Amino acid sequence: MTDRKKHRVLIGKPGLDGHDRGAKFIARALRDAGFEVVYTGIRRTPEEIAAAAVQEDVSVVGLSSLSGAHLRLFPEVVKALAAAGAGDIPVLGGGVIPDEDIEQLRKEGIREVFTPGTPLERIIAAFRNACEEARGSL
Amino acid sequence: MGKDPAYKDWEDKELASSLDRFPERKDKFTNHGGEEVPRLAVPESIDEEYLDRSGFPGRYPYTRGVQPTMYRGRLWTMRQYAGFSTASESNLRYRYLLEQGTTGLSIAFDLPTQIGYDSDHKMAEGEVGKVGVAIDSLADMEMLFDQIPLDKVSTSMTINSPAAILLAMYVAVAEKQGVAPDKLKGTIQNDILKEYVARGTYIFPPRPSLRLITDIFKWCTDNTPSFNTISISGYHIREAGSTAAQEVAFTLANGITYVQAALDAGLELDNFARRLSFFFNASSDLLEEVAKFRAARRLWARIMKERFKAKKPSSLMLRFHTQTAGYTLTAQQIDNNIVRVALQALSAVLGGTQSLHTNSRDEALSLPTEESVRTALRTQQVIAHESGVANTVDPLGGSYLIEELTDRIEAHANDLIEKIDSAGGVVSAIEDGFIQRQIENSAYEYQQEIERGERIIVGVNEFQTDEQTKPPLLRVDPDVENDQVKRLKELRERRDMKEVERSLKELSECARGSSNLMPAILDAVRTYATLGEICLVLREVFGEYRG
Repeated sequence: MTDRKKHRVLIGKPGLDGHDRGAKFIARALRDAGFEVVYTGIRRTPEEIAAAAVQEDVSVVGLSSLSGAHLRLFPEVVKALAAAGAGDIPVLGGGVIPDEDIEQLRKEGIREVFTPGTPLERIIAAFRNACEEARGSL
Repeated sequence: MGKDPAYKDWEDKELASSLDRFPERKDKFTNHGGEEVPRLAVPESIDEEYLDRSGFPGRYPYTRGVQPTMYRGRLWTMRQYAGFSTASESNLRYRYLLEQGTTGLSIAFDLPTQIGYDSDHKMAEGEVGKVGVAIDSLADMEMLFDQIPLDKVSTSMTINSPAAILLAMYVAVAEKQGVAPDKLKGTIQNDILKEYVARGTYIFPPRPSLRLITDIFKWCTDNTPSFNTISISGYHIREAGSTAAQEVAFTLANGITYVQAALDAGLELDNFARRLSFFFNASSDLLEEVAKFRAARRLWARIMKERFKAKKPSSLMLRFHTQTAGYTLTAQQIDNNIVRVALQALSAVLGGTQSLHTNSRDEALSLPTEESVRTALRTQQVIAHESGVANTVDPLGGSYLIEELTDRIEAHANDLIEKIDSAGGVVSAIEDGFIQRQIENSAYEYQQEIERGERIIVGVNEFQTDEQTKPPLLRVDPDVENDQVKRLKELRERRDMKEVERSLKELSECARGSSNLMPAILDAVRTYATLGEICLVLREVFGEYRG
């Protein structure tokens, strides 16, 4: 049913953080760049995000957190995806994230982490690459 | 000057009465050469147009300020928003800030507290103590204000959906200190409408939320007459991406909604209107921001007078707190943020703010360190004591550009308010998504300007440097969550459960009826019922909002 030429991604806001200016901007910029984008809205549990990713059949999940809860919540989403049988969906993350946390997040399965000031084109390229790899592995 | 009859009239009335009550800080305000700086500069000839658009400070339409002498009488309150991890840690930070010369406390709560979850709730995982202090019960609140005399400080609490509960805890702590409620000074944010469009810490749907708010208005009018019962906030609307004019429009539209709700609940306008306060953002376009504050003041005065027929002058005055714009801070070359904050803070002072929070240089990276907070506070002190702008009222009033920008922002905001009116008011405009779309579109356009390089952000898309050293960051100890959960567990074991259950049952009955919720909440708080338990009762009765 979906147009297989279009990449389909999900942008999620795990936890209680209500700051979604960045998440909404990325969602819209990805749409403008030709992606199909599902945005979960704020205050979702990792399980809700994983369920939405499976149901919406997305190739990539992007997460945003600005409240400092990323070390806990981003890996929880990776685990929830695996538990939902979708462990192959790559997860990207962004937000107010100290440099020294990035390595830790990568170890726990977050493919790439974007901090404030990252140029939009780099973020879009990362989503595109992740989508293409995910498709290639099907 | 001074000969003009209108000027003379103002001198004899508002000015004389103000000088009588609040003498100025100095006998003489002078510049570097010792020459006296005028209190208020006015045009050579004062005509009808001047009186209608600008007028005099402390007099309708309040464009030039809400007090006749402004900062010559008293400087703005330097109020630094702070709070993290546990109540005892935050208590130490507040006492440090008070020692450093801060003149009002501003409490940041963590997200579980703001959304009505106890620290041991599943949804609280990972968030306890992160963006503010965790408060589960009166016991935490007692620790938070330990050795801080509540009759001496004014306390601002950034709390919205559960505002009634935190206010009740504050009143209960004061009681234990022997301080009567009518001695309490401060502000609760208590502005739910902007949560639905910008900030996200809603719990209940709009209608029961408005009931909680009007119940607070009423209870505070009778019990805590010096407490500001709401801080109607444009700050977060701007942070979410709105323009300056949208910030004014959506904030004042929310204000109109609260006033109408209070009137519908049977409150007397001139009894509660003076306890309404506002909260704006100070962003980077200095001149536009100055004009924005002036426009907001004038437009609110006109709304209160013309739409609501307020009589008392105090009902017409828009008094506001300002915080510098968090969204303009960069993670690159963070010392540049000190300069951004200084310019933004200057705009707030030139715009006549009543209190001010200056952001710290490292806040695009994490919560601020103590050293960064000190520099942010010093920035305000430099503006207050060295820049000279506090020596005269509304220094930029009469500038052709500032007056034109003031008119434009007022007109633009007024158009938007009319659009919201014709869409059936704010609640309908939220349900329809009109306000959210407006903000989103502005945010998208702003960010695209940066991406395209049309808007230069120093150190981000121009003038980059390769940064080798990393600044020290404040990190919240991960044990905070476990400790807080442990303390909560101990509390649950030692309190009188029968009393807790009784008070929660009474609260539930009260919520189902229509009597004021504050006494029942105060009762529950005193039994050490937790914030989460109280909110759960209200969730069961009111339902939950899901964005």
